[in-house]
Amino acid sequence: MTQVYAVKDLAARLEERFPGSLEESDGDSLVVRAGSLLAVMAYLKDTVGLEFDYLNYITAVDYYSYFEVVYQLTSLTHNHTVVVKTRCQGRNNPSVPSVTGLWGGADFQEREIYDLMGIGFKGHPNLKRIFLWEGFPGHPLRKDFVP
Amino acid sequence: MEISSDKEYIYTSSELDRQEGALIEEVKAGAGESVPDPDAWLEEDAKRNIVLTSIDMVLNWARRSSLWPVICFPACCAFEFIAAEGPRFDMSRFGMEILRASPRQADLMITAGTLTWKMAPVVRRIYNQMPEPKWVIAMGACGVSGGIFRSSYAVVPGYNKIIPVDVYVPGCPPRPEALIYAVQLLQKKIAREHPMPDPCELIPKGVKR
Repeated sequence: MTQVYAVKDLAARLEERFPGSLEESDGDSLVVRAGSLLAVMAYLKDTVGLEFDYLNYITAVDYYSYFEVVYQLTSLTHNHTVVVKTRCQGRNNPSVPSVTGLWGGADFQEREIYDLMGIGFKGHPNLKRIFLWEGFPGHPLRKDFVP
Repeated sequence: MEISSDKEYIYTSSELDRQEGALIEEVKAGAGESVPDPDAWLEEDAKRNIVLTSIDMVLNWARRSSLWPVICFPACCAFEFIAAEGPRFDMSRFGMEILRASPRQADLMITAGTLTWKMAPVVRRIYNQMPEPKWVIAMGACGVSGGIFRSSYAVVPGYNKIIPVDVYVPGCPPRPEALIYAVQLLQKKIAREHPMPDPCELIPKGVKR
């Protein structure tokens, strides 16, 4: 059975390694500032003992005042898992860094989020709509979308 | 991650996307009214009773007894169709055993499943590629009207917005028996068709005698 990695320990390590990178860390997940997302993700992926080498999924949530992008990472080596979140403000051009450089599987999922939520991913190699067609008005999974 | 440069192709990827978007918008704009059934006139009793010839009967018998469906199954009703094709329900009893992968060899389209606007141009192209005479069975709630997805921004509310439909099979999904019944209804409809022209239509028009 995959164990949930102790978020408290991880938050302390990250705070020590990257001061100011965490927005908050509640019992279940880490909320990382978008600016240090890539550094934190690379650390989580490559550090011996953590080695989160598998990206389960990326998804996004619309909280009206901000968007939250959610990543679940798993280590197939150590059989533990953690949920990382990051937030982006604004409804016009919200954006977070792309993690396709770390996990190739992020490609289509980031395109899906771009298509349906309208969140841009900086550094994505091919950021365009994936489900809807070019010219579709708006992003339908946003809470304020009216068809 | 490296992706190949757009320059290698005649069209760039984004150009193709824009063309696809324009095509979808065109299909959407032209889909206001439901396409009427082109064979509705067949209901006129006089026409079908008086001028049905033996050539008509033979042609209709050949056509209705060898309906070859094209493979165009966008969603889950396809599994019900597969069951209907399989040994338990055995639709080949009615002369429609052979599924054609090429629309040019098919004369029946069974629209098994939800159709999204993104898929709509493809389905219409498949329909246009089928040779005449051709028929369409709208299978399942989504094929009839869009079903539970009718109000979605991404779903075509019924295949008859895109192509003319001959027989509607409700159900989510329809039982194989329902599909077989629909095929039999279509066969009855084909039997009433009138492929040969009326003798009076063979006489050149505008000739005074």
